[in-house]
Amino acid sequence: MAQAAPEFPPPPDQRPDHGRPPEPTRHPAERTELLDFYRQMLLIRRFEERAGQLYGLGLIGGFCHLYIGQEAVAVGLQSALNGSLDSVITGYRDHGHMLAYGISPDVIMAELTGRAAGIAGGKGGSMHMFSVPHRFYGGHGIVGAQVSLGTGLAFAHKYRSDGGLCLSYFGDGAANQGQVYESFNMAELWGLPIIYAIENNQYAMGTSVNRASAEDQLYRRGESFRIPGLQVDGMDVLAVRGAATTALEWVRGGNGPIILELKTYRYRGHSMSDPAKYRSRDEVQAVREKSDPIERAKRDLEGLGLGEAELKAIDREIREAVAHAADFAEQSPEPDPAELYTDVLVGQD
Amino acid sequence: MSTMNMIEALNSAHQIVMERDDNVVTLGEDVGYFGGVFRVTAGLQKRFGKHRAFDTPIAESGIVGACVGMAAYGLRPVAEIQFADYIYPAIDQIVSEAARLRYRSSGDWPMPITIRSPYGGGIFGGQTHSQSPEALFAHVAGLKTVIPSTPYDAKGLLIAAIEDNDPVVFFEPKRIYNGPFEGFYDRPASPWSKHPASDVPEGYYAIPLGKAAVVRPGEAVTVLAYGTMVHVARATAEHLGVDAEVIDLRTIVPVDIETIEESVKKTGRCLVLHEATRTAGFGAELAALVQERCFYHLEAPVERVTGWDTPYPHSLEWAYFPGPVRLGLAFKKILEA
Ligand SMILES: Cc1ncc(C[n+]2csc(CCOP(=O)(O)OP(=O)(O)O)c2C)c(N)n1
Ligand SMILES: [Mg+2]
Repeated sequence: MAQAAPEFPPPPDQRPDHGRPPEPTRHPAERTELLDFYRQMLLIRRFEERAGQLYGLGLIGGFCHLYIGQEAVAVGLQSALNGSLDSVITGYRDHGHMLAYGISPDVIMAELTGRAAGIAGGKGGSMHMFSVPHRFYGGHGIVGAQVSLGTGLAFAHKYRSDGGLCLSYFGDGAANQGQVYESFNMAELWGLPIIYAIENNQYAMGTSVNRASAEDQLYRRGESFRIPGLQVDGMDVLAVRGAATTALEWVRGGNGPIILELKTYRYRGHSMSDPAKYRSRDEVQAVREKSDPIERAKRDLEGLGLGEAELKAIDREIREAVAHAADFAEQSPEPDPAELYTDVLVGQD
Repeated sequence: MSTMNMIEALNSAHQIVMERDDNVVTLGEDVGYFGGVFRVTAGLQKRFGKHRAFDTPIAESGIVGACVGMAAYGLRPVAEIQFADYIYPAIDQIVSEAARLRYRSSGDWPMPITIRSPYGGGIFGGQTHSQSPEALFAHVAGLKTVIPSTPYDAKGLLIAAIEDNDPVVFFEPKRIYNGPFEGFYDRPASPWSKHPASDVPEGYYAIPLGKAAVVRPGEAVTVLAYGTMVHVARATAEHLGVDAEVIDLRTIVPVDIETIEESVKKTGRCLVLHEATRTAGFGAELAALVQERCFYHLEAPVERVTGWDTPYPHSLEWAYFPGPVRLGLAFKKILEA
């Protein structure tokens, strides 16, 4: 059956003014849900700490970008998605996004160690991971590329009229790539269902955002394309979730793209080899002490009556899951050398 | 003289040309304040100021495009593209603008641009941090492509590249920044300080672009290599006791065909070695040149030892890398032919 043609918006000069999305509000904390967010954030934190250790032991090689400090962003945003409709795409700092999707830590860790049981068969590594069942479109090592690719995913959602949208993540550094603006223009012109989520962790490798960006309030970067933007406290999972709800309503309401700037912070180096000379220890320590997203959720949970014993039980459960993933990743065999040649072109395996 | 690794030698080249010519500016991602992710530009901002050694946003197309404008107005920009794998967003500016402006302005605007970029594998970088894209650039008329293999050459060639009035793509084999890598990945790496080519003059010297170096004389077979593979070729020949003449091309465009021709006519056998994928790699060009020039002297078909025609894998890196085992088998084949 031929599918109905999707509706594209009229040219900009003939469009009704669709105003702006409302200011988002903090998601109301409800115990079971918050506990779930807490568990996911803690899993990401412990997983990443373990990945850092395996790297130190030489079990993970090459590049490995940890998500520690930014957990609230992926957990808060992805909790609002419809997992059977929406697609997600991100850069190379991707372990957290995959874990927030409920993908097994085992296959993620095994990809980091380059084993056959890894989610990309050991051929992708830390930066290049994918999951078809979770509609997770990667894992991309080239800074900024995922923004155009995400725009294409959003086009396909619209073309199929499937009601889905794309969540495309990128960093403050990536926000300076030219293709980001080519994408913004197309997305607004064609009214595409996409959330551009800028994870502003304040550094692109050793360059702080204000040393590289003429407009460092990144949520404004869509203004000349008529794309609205919201700035969000990315260290508060409930604030992130609240903003996600607003953004989803905007996009699902047929208003086209939206930009979320999530102010966050990475605690670790850019990747495992980072002399960290561009910021002080005190700066990092201050953020950890004042704004840690996991500690914050914990306090909220305690306010909701969660006791020490329950928190300890969660901690134990997560440590076990991470230990299991590490064992799995260490013990799985390397890919067969014949795999080197598979999946280069279709039909030539 | 002092002992330098390749990073220090490249840094020294910058210091010298920037001192001599204030039209030289250097720019790139994390190049200024931080001194480059591999530290090649360390200290330049401090010494020469923020207007001469500076950071750019992550915007490769914009970086190279801006260099074209600077060069047209008389500056001599040196851009660092942090990894060769990130050069593709800038390809349009390199191919359509930098390489062509001189030609289409009938020589009004020379393009004295140097684009430096760490390249090659052997560091578990996976497919976006390991590539060897030199053949793409060799294919573009109007560009020069340089690939050093030692600290001494790196400094002399970089000085020549920056002083050259044409656009130069300067690929730095990052696997050998800190020491020569001979392809035996399971052996401990040796530092440059143990290698004679780490003896580098502190002052000015330039190595002309387009001049190869015979780094190991021999009679039985000629090996053509550049970058990391020069060390693999030499070590393997020594290890197996093969009387191979190893030629380090140093510049692939322009290529030193005279040195190649002289050697192949002497040995009658030619083997080409590169890490890049095989099909339409630079080895194909070398094989074609050798058969055009030396056909009646050849006693065996030209052999190519290269990376496989696959993306650079994350795992199985050493199955991809054309190391001593594959080279040894090729020696056997060509010598028995
Ligand atoms: C096209 C391209 N240019 C440069 C790089 C090298 N690089 C990798 S990550 C990075 C910084 C990106 O910073 P940001 O977008 O803020 O993301 P974050 O690392 O903070 O998550 C750079 C310059 C790359 N991978 N791709
Ligand atoms: Mg950043």
